[in-house]
Amino acid sequence: MMKFRTTLLSLALGAGLGWSAAQAQDDTIRIGALATLEGAFAVLGEDSMRGVELALRQHDYMAGGKKIELIKASSNASPDSAIQAARKLVEQDGVDILIGPLSGSEGLAVKDYAKDHPGVTFVNGTSAAQDTTLRDPAPNFFRFTTDGAQWQAGLGTYAFEEKGYERVITIAEDYSFPYTQVLGFMLEFCQAGGEVLDKFWVPIGNKDYSSIVASIPFDVDAIYVALGGADAVNFLSQYQQAGGFAPMIAGSITVDQTVLSTKGQRANYIVGTPSAGPIADSWDDPEWQAYVAAYKAAFPDAFPSPSLFNHGYYVSTLAVLESLDAVGGDLSDNHAALREHMATTTFETPTGPVRLDENRQAVADIFLTEVAEAEDGTLHNRVVKVIPQVDQALNLPRDEFLALGPVSRDNPDCAGLRR
Amino acid sequence: MSAALSSTRLEVPGWIRRLPWLALLALLLVYPLLATPFWTVQIGAQTLFMGVIALSLMFLAGYGGMVSLAQMTVAGVAGYMSAIFGVASADLGLGWPWWLSLPLSLLIAVAFAALVGWISSRTEGIHTIMITLAIAVAFFYFARQNYAIFNGFNGFAGLEPPALFGVDWRAPLPFYYLSLGVAAFGYGLVWYLSRATFGLGIQAIRDNPRRMRALGFNVTLHRVMAHATAGLLAALGGLLLVWFNGRISPGTVGVDPVINILVIAVLGGLLHPIGPFLGALLFVLLQNFAIDLVAPERFRLVIGGVFLLIVLCSPDGIIGLWRHYRHRLLPSRREW
Repeated sequence: MMKFRTTLLSLALGAGLGWSAAQAQDDTIRIGALATLEGAFAVLGEDSMRGVELALRQHDYMAGGKKIELIKASSNASPDSAIQAARKLVEQDGVDILIGPLSGSEGLAVKDYAKDHPGVTFVNGTSAAQDTTLRDPAPNFFRFTTDGAQWQAGLGTYAFEEKGYERVITIAEDYSFPYTQVLGFMLEFCQAGGEVLDKFWVPIGNKDYSSIVASIPFDVDAIYVALGGADAVNFLSQYQQAGGFAPMIAGSITVDQTVLSTKGQRANYIVGTPSAGPIADSWDDPEWQAYVAAYKAAFPDAFPSPSLFNHGYYVSTLAVLESLDAVGGDLSDNHAALREHMATTTFETPTGPVRLDENRQAVADIFLTEVAEAEDGTLHNRVVKVIPQVDQALNLPRDEFLALGPVSRDNPDCAGLRR
Repeated sequence: MSAALSSTRLEVPGWIRRLPWLALLALLLVYPLLATPFWTVQIGAQTLFMGVIALSLMFLAGYGGMVSLAQMTVAGVAGYMSAIFGVASADLGLGWPWWLSLPLSLLIAVAFAALVGWISSRTEGIHTIMITLAIAVAFFYFARQNYAIFNGFNGFAGLEPPALFGVDWRAPLPFYYLSLGVAAFGYGLVWYLSRATFGLGIQAIRDNPRRMRALGFNVTLHRVMAHATAGLLAALGGLLLVWFNGRISPGTVGVDPVINILVIAVLGGLLHPIGPFLGALLFVLLQNFAIDLVAPERFRLVIGGVFLLIVLCSPDGIIGLWRHYRHRLLPSRREW
């Protein structure tokens, strides 16, 4: 046992000292995948990695005539861990392209890190904080997924006009991505005439929602919930146990497959919940159906339908691989040809066309959905409407959108958004 | 005592006994010239400053018998203060010059550590662990929810060491040597204190506080001063930690990092100041390379498994293992 450890240690030391970074051979391209494989978002991270693997499998792990080597790294949704993992991928494993991270605040940290490493191309995973590309973007950071505000396009208007909800409260986690989601919802909802009575912010990984459930006013028409992963499951079960009956408007990851397929979900409460996001489980588009079928065939033990995280990483990896094919694997001159191609091409994805704007931020279709129950009892999101080609300013004039200021707990304010 | 026992025991000259230490020192000095920047900073320097923070715990637990889980919190306080008083991105800090903000950060962290010591001075054993853990968790939640001073979830970014003598201390080689200097200072301080009156007093208080009180020692003051000394070490480690990451956020002082320091100290062994550094080396290697050994979804199992293995087989950690095998390997029976 002592010997095992000594051997392990000396192997690691010897291997590291004698091995300098970036020794990739000419016929291999190294891609690093960074997702949250620890903590509250671990399940989301696993599906993200499946997205990368699915795209690579469909390309036989080849692109631009070269072999693709995939190296995985893990973080726990904190910026520190994301930087540590990114540093290992870039400096120790010598990756040429880094796909990730998953979570909003990690994305902001990785963007800053990317500025110090111009020789590596950074492609976003699913991190959806606005400021990653809206303000002070990095020239080598490409985001093929839409941000949290874009994901909510159409939801605020639908909630006010079609569903008739006029007074809501919001419950979301206390960090950059949920702030962005709330902005996306409130922008349309408040401008349509709705009122947000109160905003509740909880720490990530919060287990006890009793104080929030107790504080929800009786006369709300609906509650807007933008929690993710384990937090969403915990809140929903505690809210239902407390006898809560206000209908829900869901943020993009609150009724994602990672939550809907949890055992014990009370279907009668959650069916009919409107949401909006980059995917819709039961869209009848043939490209989307082919993607779902491929996911089910490749990962029979995973979710009944790919999650938003799987989709985000899949689309990002797809864009990277297609661009590598287009430039014949040419990574010279700090990936100039590759980056040029990624910035100027419209990619066909299972959810429609995706192109990048001048900040290398995706412009894509958004799906307005409602939760429905299938015949076999599983829950999924059915499409109500497809909102085409939403840009980062939510189709407002860009300077007006920028004038709203960076999102925070207090910004935006409903009164300030109304004309 | 040993001289009277046997005349056939091998007498090892002093300089040969010191040879391994000199070899280690030489290796540490030339290491960055052999290793890549990643190995120099993410493995080498990180081992050194994490070792310093764990050393503060070792000083309190090994010599003082007080297992304080608030050491990472003290390190975090120093880091946060350096960001609040110094220069941070997005114009968040007060922007004071380094010769004001850094000593002030260390002072506040030491004062905080002394406060923790004073609060926990009446407790023993498990109760010290509980109360220091409570303080650590309270600080984490406070930092996460307070936006006026601590900037909540986002924390501070753009934290850099001051460019003293025109050197960029965050570059791999300077940062490594800076960490090595701080580690050597910490090691020397603990080694010296363990033999000085103060350290001997602390160890005596660990063994029998009542007798020490009867002898006229101010036990509470000794404990508070021990916490303050450990606090200085943790604060120095904390500054290096925030310079390494370039940022500080509540995640830096969360429950996971707090427990990690305990894991590092126990892995290495609480018997000798070299222990925390050995533990830190093993921990940093595992944290970085376990994901390459097993499936990415299971790599945390390796870290936990190694910890479990060492604690089960050798409660004194790596040092315990070394001592156990040492007397079988080397002829001299003199205690090291």
